[in-house]
Amino acid sequence: MGTIVENIFSEKFGETARAGDVVLVDVDLAMAQDGTAPLAINAFKQMDMDIAHPERLALIIDHIAPSKSEGASELHIMMREFAREHGIKLYDVGEGVCHQLMLENHVEPGQLVIGADSHTCTYGAVGAFATGVGSTDMAAAFATGKLWFKVPQTIKINLTGQTKQNVSAKDIILKLCKKIEADGALYKALEITGPTTKNLTIPSRATLTNMAIEMGAKTAIIQPDKKAEEFTGAKAPDWVMADDDAEYVREIDIDVSSLEPQIAVPHQVDNVHDITEVEGTKIDQVVLGSCTNGRLEDLEAATRIVSGRQIDDGVRFLVFPASKSVYMDAIDKGVVQTLVDAGATVCNPGCGPCPGTHMGILAPGEKALATTNRNFKGRMGSTEAEVYLGSPETAAYTALNGVITTEDD
Amino acid sequence: MNFEGTARTYGDDVDTDAIIPGKYKFDTLDMNKLARHAMEGIDPDFYNRIDEGDIIVAGENFGCGSSREQAPLVIKHAGISCVVAESFARIFFRNAINVGLPIIQIPGISSKVDEGDELKVDVENGVLENLTKNESYEGEEISDFMLIVLGEGGLPNYIKNRGDFVWPTK
Repeated sequence: MGTIVENIFSEKFGETARAGDVVLVDVDLAMAQDGTAPLAINAFKQMDMDIAHPERLALIIDHIAPSKSEGASELHIMMREFAREHGIKLYDVGEGVCHQLMLENHVEPGQLVIGADSHTCTYGAVGAFATGVGSTDMAAAFATGKLWFKVPQTIKINLTGQTKQNVSAKDIILKLCKKIEADGALYKALEITGPTTKNLTIPSRATLTNMAIEMGAKTAIIQPDKKAEEFTGAKAPDWVMADDDAEYVREIDIDVSSLEPQIAVPHQVDNVHDITEVEGTKIDQVVLGSCTNGRLEDLEAATRIVSGRQIDDGVRFLVFPASKSVYMDAIDKGVVQTLVDAGATVCNPGCGPCPGTHMGILAPGEKALATTNRNFKGRMGSTEAEVYLGSPETAAYTALNGVITTEDD
Repeated sequence: MNFEGTARTYGDDVDTDAIIPGKYKFDTLDMNKLARHAMEGIDPDFYNRIDEGDIIVAGENFGCGSSREQAPLVIKHAGISCVVAESFARIFFRNAINVGLPIIQIPGISSKVDEGDELKVDVENGVLENLTKNESYEGEEISDFMLIVLGEGGLPNYIKNRGDFVWPTK
């Protein structure tokens, strides 16, 4: 019998599909962003076809929003014209990060979603099978409405225990990256379950599923429950669940109750340590935001720590709300005011410096602490810069002290 | 589909930011321009020192990270004929086939090939011959579908020629 992913593929395929089977299926939703859509548009034009289902597509300008150069502006125009010509929904500058917009506005439990962005696996937070593809696969889906998939084997992750204060979903997923390693889930799906998972909010679950790709996984998925239904406004189909006798390629139990704040040190996401091992490292820039940790609860977690205090003189604290909706809620709740009062620079919704294009690029020798998902060499600017990855709580304490820490000074 | 060329060797987890840094890729779709920055994050002199037809040989998880298709495209446009790795990140694997960059997986290959070795690769059968060391290594054959896509120069031509995917039911 099937895992959640096998059961979703069986439903879409119309007959039983199991790990290893290669299936051609309809795609419920497809998304491309400004780093991938222009190449997809070019590939689509080469195919000499019509768009199969424009209503199932979204194009999102988030990676360089606003544009940083004439070249980027031209690529944005290409996306706008293509969307207008074919009646495709386009989210323009200021709307937010693609994955947050897809979660807020489109994705429903049980859907099969592709995105031309590796972190598309985020939508497993609401019980969708969602995976990242490249631009040409995206173009093929534009043209045919379909894509082929090899049904992945599944690794089951069972999370138990209650985290300590100042330990959150980001610390859990960093610990898992360390355990599984950067290629440990290659070609596989993660099914994240257990009492801890059930207790997490949808935004926290999205922090977990977002980083599945950092272990090489094709996707991560969490069985949808009432929280997922309330978040998406859609009923979860009864087939989005694992059977009792589902077969897993590996099972991993993690008790999070003794977990300390975690940090990924340069230059690999699986190079994860207890924060105490690097405590005191001088930091030049703190980045709070991205599709991993730019949601309201992340901003609120940081706000609780910096409220009424001042960030260190030697650090730049950049905040990027994940979407316009997050930004507006943060304004309404006084979060933006508190962050700016403390010395943070709150920027427009979007990817910010995470993909290394603009707004906070690091110079040689600089060090950043970011709540983003990658610390590859050269990712946020210079190849001689260093990026550490941590939680919103760690980001806030580090901004206050100018050095990596989770303590008050 | 056979290639002969000189080995350019790398280790595990060569990520897409190393293959094409984000700071370049958002400005242009001209792959010949972007190719000058290919592998820059890990090997700044790559573009100037390689010859047309050279073969990349790497460790595990080659192409991990971003879904950016510019990664296999710049490798192809820089003049690399084929990439051999112990394993590939899955999005890179699909992207490479889709844009017509031949790749094969051979477990353990990185310890058997040295920088500068002369290699011969048979993509269809997943075999690499090391002409310098006079050794031969067998890897994984790629699927018939992928061979067809590679043979037609990538997925856009495949779709254009058929108007759809042509697929066995299971």
